[in-house]
Amino acid sequence: MASALINVPARAKRGEIIEIKALISHPMETGYRRTQLGALVPRDIIRLFVCTYNGTEIFRAELHPAIAANPFIVFSTVATESGTLAFHWTGDRGFSETESVAITVD
Amino acid sequence: MSRNTSRREFLLTAGGAAAGIGLASVIAVEPARATPATMQEAIRKVVGPARVNPGRVKLELPPLVENGNTVPLTVSVESPMTAADHVKALHLFNEKNPQPDVASFRFGPRAGRASVSTRIRLADTQTVVAVCELSDGSFWSASVNVVVTLAACLEDA
Repeated sequence: MASALINVPARAKRGEIIEIKALISHPMETGYRRTQLGALVPRDIIRLFVCTYNGTEIFRAELHPAIAANPFIVFSTVATESGTLAFHWTGDRGFSETESVAITVD
Repeated sequence: MSRNTSRREFLLTAGGAAAGIGLASVIAVEPARATPATMQEAIRKVVGPARVNPGRVKLELPPLVENGNTVPLTVSVESPMTAADHVKALHLFNEKNPQPDVASFRFGPRAGRASVSTRIRLADTQTVVAVCELSDGSFWSASVNVVVTLAACLEDA
């Protein structure tokens, strides 16, 4: 079971630009490595990361094998209203993980 | 022909053959690599026929990387991020990893700031390129040369 770690300020002023940090544990197997017996290790990566703010998409990242293991992404958004920030990762072998964080805007 | 010469000849040929086999196995194990040309191709695929101008994009990477498995990177663009003038996307490319693409980040005016940080893998000393797409349809780019001492992607699983 993969686990995600999200860092979002719990409170923000309206119109303020907030920084969001998202980390998820995942090996991001490139598909280019071999075992000691020479067999190719099949690719297993997270291909897409999407962040929505009260249902509206605010950020999207398409990832390739060149992203390091345990993908860590820092981005920002404007705090417009109180609500939830939802984070969704999807990848190879049916990988799918969702995490959401509440934010209060005043 | 004296006995000594034939021994030397034997060793020479044997050594040559062994080196040949060694080289062949290295080539067989080495995965296909991106080259500056395939990187340009990958950039073309994203950009289309548009012109890519140098500038506006700020790409921050350490100039010397000890471990290519996790290289911290920040890419940002000075932009007001309004509905009329914002950064639509930031794309990252490399020259010498097995694949030229690294990541594509898509923003809207709600991002507030066109800036993203992440950690990437680098298989070799090479140039990393960031290309940004603005809402007016223009493309801007920046590149940074990085020296990598311990390469990613090479260790056994």
